[in-house]
Amino acid sequence: MSISGLLLSGSMAVAAGVVGCFAVMRRMTLAADAMSHIALPGLGLALVLHLNPVVGGIAMLLLGALLIWGLEQRTGISTETVVGVVFSTALAVGSMLASGEELLDALLGKPGVLSPMELVFGLLAPLGVVLFLIRARNRLLITLVSPDLARTVGIRVERLNLGFLLAFAVTVALGLRYLGVLLMGSLIIIPAATAKHLARNVRSMFLVSVGVSVGATVLGSTLAGLLHRPTGPLIIAVAAACFFVSLAWRRPA
Amino acid sequence: MSDRLTVCSLGVRFGHTEVLRDLSFAVPESSTMAVIGPNGAGKTALFKALIGALPSTGTLTWAPGTRIGYVPQRLDLERDLPLSGRDFLNAKAALVGASQSEVKRATQLVNLGRATALRPIGSLSGGQFQRLLLAFALLGHPNVLLFDEPTTGIDEPGEELLYATVERLQREEKLTLIFISHELSLVYRMAALVLCLGRRGVSCFGPPRQILTPDTLERTYGAPLDHYLHDVHEH
Repeated sequence: MSISGLLLSGSMAVAAGVVGCFAVMRRMTLAADAMSHIALPGLGLALVLHLNPVVGGIAMLLLGALLIWGLEQRTGISTETVVGVVFSTALAVGSMLASGEELLDALLGKPGVLSPMELVFGLLAPLGVVLFLIRARNRLLITLVSPDLARTVGIRVERLNLGFLLAFAVTVALGLRYLGVLLMGSLIIIPAATAKHLARNVRSMFLVSVGVSVGATVLGSTLAGLLHRPTGPLIIAVAAACFFVSLAWRRPA
Repeated sequence: MSDRLTVCSLGVRFGHTEVLRDLSFAVPESSTMAVIGPNGAGKTALFKALIGALPSTGTLTWAPGTRIGYVPQRLDLERDLPLSGRDFLNAKAALVGASQSEVKRATQLVNLGRATALRPIGSLSGGQFQRLLLAFALLGHPNVLLFDEPTTGIDEPGEELLYATVERLQREEKLTLIFISHELSLVYRMAALVLCLGRRGVSCFGPPRQILTPDTLERTYGAPLDHYLHDVHEH
């Protein structure tokens, strides 16, 4: 793997590890996985219009985040339900728009030559996501324990939720090329789920989650190169192996 | 004495259900008001309206400079949430600009030991978690404390300790205290004012000894409460 490739996938993995911690603590485990599929119609549409698929994917993810947030605000239905509905719709529309090999690439990811724009996005976006989450961490933590308590501290809960969904959408977009729509959700969730099982406080959760995420990405990509296999599935296989090994450890009571 | 909170013709709805209607009362600064009433009368909804978590009609005015500390009834937490009590308190401390010594003081005030504060919050007992929530509420020097049925899930010595702490704090910090309780003996002991919420609108508001007659209690709860009153007169 090239240095720039390593740098890009590494920063994607850091963002995924951090976003995942909040997603898992907010009980968005399933929703997070499903939300990544929202990119699919965007990828399909971009292919039809001969645009860069990643651009289409990002656009659709951001739109999806806004849609989910709006529906949640209006109807008071839980994020999990709203994401479930929006995601199924997206998957249906997406598979109508894309076809055959294109669809498979979109679902599983396909590393190729990066355009300069992608390179810039791939480096700046994870930085933005991580900085946002570091700045908002206290507000996010209080809100996930209780939105009511958050309000008494002066936290604008709705705005914060939107910010988190957007950060999440951007993180998914980062992984579209390496992991594809199907697997990026897993890179966000599995390292964080592993960390949740092992950690007793927030700091250690972040460290373990980012460690597993970056480790799985680097090791998975290297193995993919050696075995001449697609990258995405190997990254997720490594992450999943970490999760199962972590189950053997008992968290100190 | 000026009023810390003034509520005039307050109404709260959950969807199409009217939970509170035409509610008016005022709470003077540094005084204590108890809210009593049967389940489903809208006690918790009132608190949520007071902190701005539920939209309401009518007017609801906190005096300028009000800082609310809120202790909710119970929270639905995952047992394995990797968030320690210390993490939780530090998060608020960072937001309200409280120092580490203030965090330490808050945990000492509520008798929360160091080892307990380092455990994940989902693994704490009912009493320990309530004390953590109280410590959380006390950070940032609130001048109002909203206490929602703090005794749920706490054994009796724990409950006594919690109330003794709150009483002491109220004296020392001149807090305005508003609490929800089912214990009439507590209402008599602590509250200068009581707001009774019945299922159909307000039943009464005023000092407990004037207001809590067998008649008003029966109207509030929809059933005679002989044993409660008996209990109160014995003490």
